[in-house]
Amino acid sequence: MSLLEIHNLQVTFGGLDALSNLDFSIEEGEIVSVIGPNGAGKTTFFNTISGMVPPTSGEIIFDGESVLGLDPNQITEMGIARTFQNVRLFPNMTVLENVMVSQHCRTSQLIIGALFQTKAFKQEEKEIRERSEEILGFFGTRLVGYRLDQPAFALSYANRRRLEIARAMATQPRLLLLDEPVAGMNPIETAELTGLISRLRDEWGFTIVIIEHDMKVVRDVSDRVVVLDHGVPIAQGAYDEVSTNPDVIEAYLGRPVEAKS
Amino acid sequence: MMNAPPIQKKLFDQNWKRILFWGSTCALTQVFICLVGLPSELNRRILIESTLSLGYLFILWIPLVFGYVVSKMVKLEGIENPKQGAADLLSGALTGLLGSLGLVLLMLGIDNLDMRDPLINWNPKLFRLLTFENSIGFGSLVWIAVGVGLGTVGASLHQMSSQIRKMTAYAMFGLFSFAVLEDVIDDLSEGFRLEWLSDMIYAKKGGMTVTSTIVLAVVLALLPLIVRGKFKKTVERYRSEAKPEDKRRNSIALFSIVAVLVIVLPWFLGGIINELLANVGLFLLLALGLNIVVGLAGLLDLGYVAFFAVGGYTTAVLTSPNSPWFSPETHFGISLLVVVVMATLAGLLIGAPVIRMRGDYLAIVTLGFGEIIRLLFLSDWLKPYLGGSQGITNIPAIDLGPWEVRGADPRSVFYMVLAFCVLAIYVSWRLQASRLGRSWMAIREDESVAEVMGINTVNSKLMAFVVGAVLASFSGAVLAAKVGSVFPKSFEILVSIIILVVVIVGGMGSITGVMVGSLVLIGILGGPRQPGLLQEFQNFKLLIYGALLVFMMLKRPEGLVPTARRTRELHQEEYLQDAWLGDDESEDREEVGEQL
Repeated sequence: MSLLEIHNLQVTFGGLDALSNLDFSIEEGEIVSVIGPNGAGKTTFFNTISGMVPPTSGEIIFDGESVLGLDPNQITEMGIARTFQNVRLFPNMTVLENVMVSQHCRTSQLIIGALFQTKAFKQEEKEIRERSEEILGFFGTRLVGYRLDQPAFALSYANRRRLEIARAMATQPRLLLLDEPVAGMNPIETAELTGLISRLRDEWGFTIVIIEHDMKVVRDVSDRVVVLDHGVPIAQGAYDEVSTNPDVIEAYLGRPVEAKS
Repeated sequence: MMNAPPIQKKLFDQNWKRILFWGSTCALTQVFICLVGLPSELNRRILIESTLSLGYLFILWIPLVFGYVVSKMVKLEGIENPKQGAADLLSGALTGLLGSLGLVLLMLGIDNLDMRDPLINWNPKLFRLLTFENSIGFGSLVWIAVGVGLGTVGASLHQMSSQIRKMTAYAMFGLFSFAVLEDVIDDLSEGFRLEWLSDMIYAKKGGMTVTSTIVLAVVLALLPLIVRGKFKKTVERYRSEAKPEDKRRNSIALFSIVAVLVIVLPWFLGGIINELLANVGLFLLLALGLNIVVGLAGLLDLGYVAFFAVGGYTTAVLTSPNSPWFSPETHFGISLLVVVVMATLAGLLIGAPVIRMRGDYLAIVTLGFGEIIRLLFLSDWLKPYLGGSQGITNIPAIDLGPWEVRGADPRSVFYMVLAFCVLAIYVSWRLQASRLGRSWMAIREDESVAEVMGINTVNSKLMAFVVGAVLASFSGAVLAAKVGSVFPKSFEILVSIIILVVVIVGGMGSITGVMVGSLVLIGILGGPRQPGLLQEFQNFKLLIYGALLVFMMLKRPEGLVPTARRTRELHQEEYLQDAWLGDDESEDREEVGEQL
């Protein structure tokens, strides 16, 4: 059984078909790239899976259960986490707090525990903190040390992107949706993050769907590529297959003008 | 460029537009204050024997401040400002003059026109006050002289050395405090058996004597200069040299000293001050609860008074023998348990429908719910159960075995409220640093992202609502027992707003800030129905609240004692600049490249 199955998904915004006839599945342990020109519906696709936008029709099945009609937090609890294209951290919370708060759905202590400082509460707080530091340590020295207590808005752009990924990791997902993770990074940082994405699957066991415009990254990380254009999937397959597909080239570059005779 | 001698401005090389603007603003402010009635109302309150009354002070500070403002210059790094000189003094004087001309016009107006119909204070009383019971000519001359003089003094503040400026400021502020806080100082000195001291400072009929004013001014001006330098140095040395464990021990010691003081001091204070402290405590309890809802979870709740009312009415119904419908006359302790249950229910009931709304919508809807609850208590429909506008009276004192907490003994009420406040502070402190507190923070920052990150926002927000509701209901319960009766009138919308002002002025999300806020606002100005230290301001309380709120929003939006987080939030640029300057050296090359 596939981890995520999408059947005939359609999302309409007042007459505009943002997504239509989307029909594909993602296997456990895969890295799938979703590419397409601007406005193709890639981010809408993520928004729909993560529950922020309700689909007009169709079905999304995660691990055998439908996610339609669930609140975003319930979907996250089932094991789908995402990052945002336009970085949306909690800017005034510290780096550490950003990651700690994302473990909310994996922890359970409420008012009583906090007021009486029960053993279970202290234990849980300790675990949350340790796990957060472990996750932040995944990005080397960039987000640890004195950075732990810096507010997120003080981070450099690349570090904000890294923190977004860390925050998504902290929800302990099975499926990780990365929305343009290297946008705005320089070539060195991009290469580094490309390596990290593969490690996310190999070491942490996440299945990853990634939206990306940087074709080098797409080529290096993905097992499979899905191309969207105007909300319709126009091609799927390995990178080399897709990159030579005439439909894809047309979508990106336009139809060659035929000389008038 | 840098070594060029400072440019000396010519005397008449003035920015006339600026003077005209500030001068007319000064005039308008003075006329406004007069017509609002502050001077006539407060003229009876003497500050300095046969010299100055609080009423006149309210006019006098205006030219001083505007003279200061008009001659102020924006200092920019790298740009040479012309040296301040006689030209600036002139601009201050002219501003004061324009202000006084406003008063002259007002006097002429009162003399010749009758506008008492819309403007109550357009009356002979104000006229007599402005003319010093003399002719218009005399009054005008005096006001012009005073306006020009004070404007010049205000402008000259820029040119004093900082030492002298500091001395003047201390003397002025100290004298003002001594004069205004006469009642408190009287009360305090009585408690400590130091009546001779207050007798020395204050005249029999009220107000300080002229001699004591002069002596105090000199002492106040000199005292800070002698003490402060040493104090500052000690603090700095302590900050940089003390070991962390020492600091920890010392802060515990400091905390215990404060705690002991708070517990012991009421025995030395008179009834008035204790009553005042009890009121401050009641509002502090409310403000701490609202601080959780607004400051931590970011839910702007304008109907917070509803929970206050629920606490009060539940206690009234359960303990009063006069409750019209159901009167079990239980003990306060038992009723308190029911209060918690009722407040939780009310929190859920009001919270559930409104919690999905965001921002302004939430504020408006809670505002409505607050009024609905009050109108329900007032309604004929519930009159057989809750007494309608007559309320429920005869609520007994709280019986605590050997002690009794009743309104006639404000000290006992103070201790009762203190206990609840300590509880509220503990709750806020612990919740802030917990899983729930973090989820509130995330919701405040970005609700939709918080939801995507797995936070059940509805539950978290409801929980904030309920915790806030329970704390407010405690305050209501104590209030009911203190006053001995509850009326729908005591739970007006104004209470919600004043508590919100306390939280905002104190510093949203900051426990210390809320404490300072309620001390300053409720303690000095007074609550919606409770008099504060400055009882004279009773009628102008809302005016002052409003002015203070506007001033704070412009000058210090983070509040009096803000949390580090909130300061950071409101001053992101400064923070980033400091961070950038600060860790330059610790960054390796790659990181610097990243930041650029």
